[in-house]
Amino acid sequence: MYFVRRILSLPLLLLLVSFLAFLLVRSMPGGPFDSERRPASPEIERNLRAKFHLDEPLLAQYGHYLKDLLHGDFGPSLKYRNHSVTDIIAEGLPVSLTLGFAAFCFAVGVGIPLGFYTAVHKGAWPDYVGSFAALAVICVPGLVIGPILVMFFAIKLRWFPVALWGSPWHAILPTLTLGLYFSGRVARLMREGMLATLHAEFIMTARSKGLGETAILIKHAFRIAALPVLSYSGPMLADLLTGSFVVENLFQIPGIGVFMVNSSLNRDYTMVVGLVLLYAALLLALNLAVDFAYALLDPRVRYD
Amino acid sequence: MTEHLTPNQRAWRRFRRNRGATMAAALLLALVAIILIWPFFSSPSFASVVPAAMAHPPNKLSDAQFNPPNLQHWFGTDVLGRDLLSRVLYGARISLFVGLVGAAVSLVIGVLWGAIAGYCGGRWDGVMMRFVDILYSMPSIVFVIVLIAALNAVIGRLQTKGSPLSAGTIQMVQFAGLFAGLGAVSWLTMARIVRGQVLTLRRRAFVDASRVLGASHARILLRHILPNVYGVIIVYLTLTIPSIVLYESFLSYLGLGVQPPQASLGSLIANGAEQINSVRIYWWMIVFPGGMLALTLLALNFVGDGLRDAWDPRGDRAN
Repeated sequence: MYFVRRILSLPLLLLLVSFLAFLLVRSMPGGPFDSERRPASPEIERNLRAKFHLDEPLLAQYGHYLKDLLHGDFGPSLKYRNHSVTDIIAEGLPVSLTLGFAAFCFAVGVGIPLGFYTAVHKGAWPDYVGSFAALAVICVPGLVIGPILVMFFAIKLRWFPVALWGSPWHAILPTLTLGLYFSGRVARLMREGMLATLHAEFIMTARSKGLGETAILIKHAFRIAALPVLSYSGPMLADLLTGSFVVENLFQIPGIGVFMVNSSLNRDYTMVVGLVLLYAALLLALNLAVDFAYALLDPRVRYD
Repeated sequence: MTEHLTPNQRAWRRFRRNRGATMAAALLLALVAIILIWPFFSSPSFASVVPAAMAHPPNKLSDAQFNPPNLQHWFGTDVLGRDLLSRVLYGARISLFVGLVGAAVSLVIGVLWGAIAGYCGGRWDGVMMRFVDILYSMPSIVFVIVLIAALNAVIGRLQTKGSPLSAGTIQMVQFAGLFAGLGAVSWLTMARIVRGQVLTLRRRAFVDASRVLGASHARILLRHILPNVYGVIIVYLTLTIPSIVLYESFLSYLGLGVQPPQASLGSLIANGAEQINSVRIYWWMIVFPGGMLALTLLALNFVGDGLRDAWDPRGDRAN
């Protein structure tokens, strides 16, 4: 019942998000045709505005937009005028999805074992080294580690291509740049979850039953200890899958992360609202999935 | 038998026993001291006393472009021949300042929003927290860009209409835009945390007692409820500062943050990233500003973690 209500409220939330995003971009000073290369005469600009309904009242414009949206059409891009927003997203999204998913796998694949290991060895030197590494990785943002990786592995050692997108070989440095930060976050969450779980009563019960330490850690503790990681993976995936400006800009990758920034700067209204909606839809859907998985994994969780 | 300590005193004791956190706090203090003292070295009265390498002003151009680190320029020089060490310290000052003020803005918005939602409860709580949920599900960069664009337009309009603004005023307005933008996107988590705390506190007996005694809502909230949330707020605040420093460096990397000739760590890193080419490697232009940023964030995070462990009641059990 709870999940049915959540699912039914999704369209309403997305409607609110689209309205808010619409108001937000339209409240920006300046317009999408300010930086045209051709010197636009007032007539041309007036025609352009009429073509895209920009001369009508704001609510009427929103009505037009919604009508198109219900037909699955995000509208034309106001900046890249031969392309629709749907086209641009359809072209860039697969790239961002691939890169984001690779980075997610890296973050989880490195973060969970590291967090698990440091928690089990709490207070000993593997814990200090591992925990410090996890924190250090969080403190070195992509815009620092990316150029350093490029300079060292691509330019000096020539192991990997400097930029562009194509073979799996091209994906390694961007994946590292994007995923390292998140692997640190995952490791810290995993460690904390594990430490909290090891004090829980059901673990004491398992110990007093005489279960082996490995069985306790992996079969009983891990499932509950990974829950913080699970709830973080909703927003993390939404961030990763919609692309990262820094990584796409640095490695010249044709994803949609660059568009999120550039279309806001260009006042490409339809593009911004489309991308915001995409992000919101992804985040809300992922959070729903995470809560659903929560109920499956943790028998103590009950939604009514 | 045991002496009586307030929760804050107990937390402070626990914090001081945490060696990593106290070392990070000392490092942070030392960093701040160096950052504040450094500009004086280039003033005429000091320049003759300190080694010449310490007396470079951050914005002085020279012919020594792209010098790797050497005895004259300990961190090397940049594309315009400016001394990188002094620029890194100068940039760190602005980054830290922006981080502090941005965190303060997010603190005020977040605490007020969360406290009011939690205290009012019921329908108001629902509406206010739904609003937070909706903002959560939108990418924050769009908000920041809109806010900064709006402020730049205001500057432009004032510029063309009335008397031209002085460079100082423009800089101040731009900084204000940056603070507003950064604060406006980072208050959401603070609001959620404070609201959760207030929601449980407002049902407690001491709140009922002061209500019976005729205290106003504002007094109850400010004098009785919020002091009990301070610990959580301080802990989260110290963890907000590094995330705002990080966000500012991202904005400066985009060219939206601090404008030249001002520099922040982010814009210095961006300058270094622009110079990446396959012929020569100017590693010092990335490594030193990036290292400074990482060191600052590391120290801030260590202190924040230490404070959280100190205030967290579960800390008793774990130790």
